[in-house]
Amino acid sequence: MRFLPYAVAAWLLLVGLYGIVTSRNLVHAIICLSVAQSSTYVLLLSVGFERGGTAPVFLDVPVGTKAVDPVVGALTLTDIVVGATVSALLLALAVQAHKHHGTLDPERLKSEQD
Amino acid sequence: MTPGLRRRVFLAAAAAAGALLLWGLTGLPDYGVYAGPYGDVLNQVAVAERKATNVVASVTFDYRGVDTMGEEYILFAAVLGVAILLRAQRDETEQPPDEDAADRHAPATSNAVRVIGLTLVGPVVLFGLYVVAHGHLTPGGGFQGGVVLATAALLVYLSGEYVTLRRVSPELLTDSAEAVGAAGYVAIGLLGVGAGAAFLANVLPLGQPGALLSAGTIPPINLAVGLEVAGGFVLLLSEFLEQTLVIRRPGEVT
Repeated sequence: MRFLPYAVAAWLLLVGLYGIVTSRNLVHAIICLSVAQSSTYVLLLSVGFERGGTAPVFLDVPVGTKAVDPVVGALTLTDIVVGATVSALLLALAVQAHKHHGTLDPERLKSEQD
Repeated sequence: MTPGLRRRVFLAAAAAAGALLLWGLTGLPDYGVYAGPYGDVLNQVAVAERKATNVVASVTFDYRGVDTMGEEYILFAAVLGVAILLRAQRDETEQPPDEDAADRHAPATSNAVRVIGLTLVGPVVLFGLYVVAHGHLTPGGGFQGGVVLATAALLVYLSGEYVTLRRVSPELLTDSAEAVGAAGYVAIGLLGVGAGAAFLANVLPLGQPGALLSAGTIPPINLAVGLEVAGGFVLLLSEFLEQTLVIRRPGEVT
């Protein structure tokens, strides 16, 4: 259990990359990229977690209560926002690729260029 | 490269990368044992220093305020990129969305969806504003609240038609919300320079922890980010919908 969250992060990264490499559809590849990226959320939050710690919000609990690292929380927030916007941008590219080539299959998109 | 060969090359590389990752990750402190000093220091001093009870908000909008400004401009640039990519191309025409177009007949919205959607719009807007306004007190803030606000526009589309969405969120309004949000962040940063301190220094009165009006520049920055995110996401939504409903390739039946 001491190592499990880190192993989950490594697994998410590799399984997401596997999906991108073997993808036959650009929308599927974009979702695989999101899966790979979610490994960074798991890793960041695991690094900052402290057993028995509460959320770093001291409205109802006094300052000094054991809490998890707020820095990784802020970094994960940044990560999620950037991930969402990059997905939107890639999906827009996929829309245009489909309009111009009539397919979202990377193999067929490639053979059209040759 | 055939797909089979590519898969084998990837699996070999992934095995090596996975082994390297696991080796590196075993060097981290055990899960649940926090080692770094920064989180502990911030949890001790941030509330007293910035009067914001949500330390994540203090980190995001104050201690790391400049980084978050960069992040906001990543969002801005991405939305701009989508708007440019999805504008009508040279050979395409824009036509008024015809819900009865022969090749894409839109099924009538059921009364159940219409009623639930319209009932939810009000509470969702209120909740979004609450999340934006209380970002320095409880979990939330401009990014989260902005996305909640943008879902209100999606609810309008679901319970009505595309033209209804355009009517409640005209392009001028979403564009200016995004622009004012993006510029507002920098303007609040310049307040610090104007007061003779550093850019994005927290120069406004800090107030008492737990009060709605507290934490100096953090709530105004949350508001700017909320505007930017809400405007940006509504713009994204409209661009994708417009692509399906309004823009026509030459020869496409309308």
